[in-house]
Amino acid sequence: MSEAKKAFWDGVRAEFPLLIGVFPFGMIYGALAINAGLSAFSSQMMSSIVFAGSAQFVTTQLVHDAAPGFVIVLTIGVINLRHMLYSASLAPYLKNLSLKWKTLLSYLLTDEAYAPTVLKYEEQGVRPGSHWFLLGAGFSLWFTWQVSTALGIFLGAEMPENWPLEFALPLTFIAMVVPVLKKQPMIAAAISAGVVALLAYNLPFKLGLILAALIGIAVGTFLEGKK
Amino acid sequence: MRIWLIMLAGGLLTFGMRFSLIYLFGRFHVPETMRRALHYVPPAVLCAIIFPELLFRAGNLDLSLGNTRLLAGIIAILTAWFTRNTLITILVGMAALLLLQWL
Repeated sequence: MSEAKKAFWDGVRAEFPLLIGVFPFGMIYGALAINAGLSAFSSQMMSSIVFAGSAQFVTTQLVHDAAPGFVIVLTIGVINLRHMLYSASLAPYLKNLSLKWKTLLSYLLTDEAYAPTVLKYEEQGVRPGSHWFLLGAGFSLWFTWQVSTALGIFLGAEMPENWPLEFALPLTFIAMVVPVLKKQPMIAAAISAGVVALLAYNLPFKLGLILAALIGIAVGTFLEGKK
Repeated sequence: MRIWLIMLAGGLLTFGMRFSLIYLFGRFHVPETMRRALHYVPPAVLCAIIFPELLFRAGNLDLSLGNTRLLAGIIAILTAWFTRNTLITILVGMAALLLLQWL
């Protein structure tokens, strides 16, 4: 087997445990999007155009709440800011690739593709064909996301109205945030953002979320710098 | 139509951020403060969404024991803390909410 092919399948294999977790998220997203009033087609297309789980969740909710477009786009931007960190972190390993490869791999650069890829590079460094690992991890995630979204759209239309499905949103986020709350600056960032979000809840255009996130980020960054 | 403009702008913005530093490598040095700040994006954003979801009911702050979402949320936080498992957290939280609403 060629180096590239082997790296690709290594990526798929490393991604596999993450796919099991991603599948239900995709389904929940699809069901939420349908219940927020998006058409089946646009719900599905969002999974390939935006292709970012948490941002898609929040977008469906903001669309449901009739927030203005610029606020929704700004919110997507703030939620996905962390991808710049991934971009910075992988950049040295991808520097010799063509623009085409850089573009494709950037499109596939999600949380779940980044995690196994950076571990792989830290362990083995750049080898011939090693970028195929990211392609394997990223593409298998992309494929799973599309299929699970479709299934969620299909099932969401069948779901009884009074099911508190939208509660899956805070629950998903709780499951994501609790494990990272290990150090004091992290906890302070989380709590300050939460409290500001409560205080700023009635700001127009749902701008409270963005304000709260920015204050939380500032608090965490400041506290870490002080130590 | 509106939703398509939002998706397109949101998608371009997301791609732009993923592509930015891979593309600019060697031409732009990421300042240390910015690198540090990016680590705090996930907890800050997620909590800015979680807190109001649990504490606001119909536009009002509700800290009472009758707030089933708050109680189910606390149960989910404890579950996440002890299990560190996403799927179990969602299932327990959802079951707790359905049970509390039914009680």
